Amino acid sequence: MITLEHVSKAYKAGIPALNDVSLHIDKGEFVFVVGDSGSGKSTLIKLLLKELEPTEGKIIINGKSLGAIKRKQIPKFRRNVGVVFQDFRLLKDRDVYENIAFAQRVIATPTKKIKRRVPVMLSMVGLAAKYKSYPRQLSGGEQQRVAIARALVNEPKILLADEPTGNLDNHNAWDIMKLLDEINQRGTTVLVVTHNLEIVKAMKKRVITMKKGVVVSDERMGDDDAV
Amino acid sequence: MRFSTFVYTFKQGVKNIWRNKIFSLASIATMSACIFLFGLFYAVVMNFQNIVKEVESGVAVTVFFEEGIGAERIEEIGDIISKRTEVADMRYVSADEAWEEFGEIYFEGAEDMVEGFETDNPLAESSHYEIYLNDVSQQSNLVTYLESVEGVREVRSSDLAANVLTDFNRLIGYVSVGIILILLCVAIFLISNTVTTGISVRREEIAIMKLIGATDYFVRSPFIVEGILIGLIGSALPLVLLYFMYSRLIVYVADKFIWLSNMLHFLPVNEVFKTLVPVALILGVGIGFLGSRLTIRKHLNV
Ligand SMILES: Nc1ncnc2c1ncn2[C@@H]1O[C@H](COP(=O)(O)OP(=O)(O)OP(=O)(O)O)[C@@H](O)[C@H]1O
Ligand SMILES: [Mg+2]
Repeated sequence: MITLEHVSKAYKAGIPALNDVSLHIDKGEFVFVVGDSGSGKSTLIKLLLKELEPTEGKIIINGKSLGAIKRKQIPKFRRNVGVVFQDFRLLKDRDVYENIAFAQRVIATPTKKIKRRVPVMLSMVGLAAKYKSYPRQLSGGEQQRVAIARALVNEPKILLADEPTGNLDNHNAWDIMKLLDEINQRGTTVLVVTHNLEIVKAMKKRVITMKKGVVVSDERMGDDDAV
Repeated sequence: MRFSTFVYTFKQGVKNIWRNKIFSLASIATMSACIFLFGLFYAVVMNFQNIVKEVESGVAVTVFFEEGIGAERIEEIGDIISKRTEVADMRYVSADEAWEEFGEIYFEGAEDMVEGFETDNPLAESSHYEIYLNDVSQQSNLVTYLESVEGVREVRSSDLAANVLTDFNRLIGYVSVGIILILLCVAIFLISNTVTTGISVRREEIAIMKLIGATDYFVRSPFIVEGILIGLIGSALPLVLLYFMYSRLIVYVADKFIWLSNMLHFLPVNEVFKTLVPVALILGVGIGFLGSRLTIRKHLNV
């Protein structure tokens, strides 16, 4: 599903943010990426979204080399990859319903289908009652649920999450991680960047540890993800 | 594009204008002022050209023949003249007719005096062709040619009238092109500013859209709609205003300045507006489109 072959990324001359990273993630896996601040985790996410181009190496997603994707094809590629961030990135001037529907409007989904699909997503993330609220009226955990619903509304095969619990208290963090696990159970490949080692330990998943742009360990801790 | 996408894009375009009220209003106001000036100018030009045309149709070249020329040769000369492309219309005036016309003008009310000369026409040699031109600017050409035709004694024309009219037409052409160019620049600049502000306000939203997989086209469209709407409103408003002003004005002039309306014939409202409306709307929409398109290219990188 996701393969990196000797990928390096240097923003400027000097120490590369990613240095010769090779890894493979299978379809349906749940993977944590951990590491110190500045170790290159966000850079990895950006490369997977084709927001950045690697300086060296090759990235293959869904059997397609990202280097071969032309500028014009980027939107279509991104529709297969959902993404959530630490700061939620919701549209502040639109309510919950519109924030989720937005992701479908962007790809020209017929209104009929939007009306069917958004409520399904809302109940999946447990926010069916709050569809008319605006982001500022929601707690951090709730906002992140909206962001997750938006990332998944178009049924991507992969979900990337860059510190999705970074702004949340422990209780909310656990709820969000459980939600991501559920999503993974339904077949979506999930990659979560996090600093919350307590949760990482408890969830017993595959954990990739990074340091200064290099993968220093890649352990499979759980039983369900064993290959 | 899907209909629902079109509706969504349109709503977003309207929202852009609304969120960015002050800039949008400034753009619309300037656009309106420009189109108003253009319309005013256009109406004046149209009317002036109408007057020129009326005058032109009265400008004639007169060709007199050499003494003792035969009727046959006169007919031949007529043929030669009628074959010229500059000639719109021509008319043969015999010596007798010339005398009658002269009498009508100078012996008004004493026509019997004219009859006294019946057998001895004082204008015996004054039979001539009156030639009306398509375009005054071709007059000197034709005159030079006619003077070289055998059997022609004299060619009379009013060079002054012809030259003045031609020069004035040309001047109006230059001035209108100049005004349209200035108008274009000012309006494009303003709309560009408006769209730039709109883009900077929505930077975050645009980034999110791109991450979600919005095409460049989808990101761009609301701003294009914004520009086009500003152009459309900015040209429709002054058109309405001009329509009422113009129709009022011609009624007023006809009513209060009868002497003027005898001299100048104003074009009817519909005559002016049937071309002004599409031209102004296309101009407005075009400027709006161009203004936003150029800005998007510069600031949005999509
Ligand atoms: N746009 C950029 N331009 C230049 N250098 C950058 C840029 N973005 C990141 N870097 C550098 O690249 C390195 C990796 O950054 P990255 O954001 O990937 O770290 P991270 O692992 O996500 O850190 P954190 O846990 O703090 O989010 C850092 O040294 C950072 O300073
Ligand atoms: Mg980071």
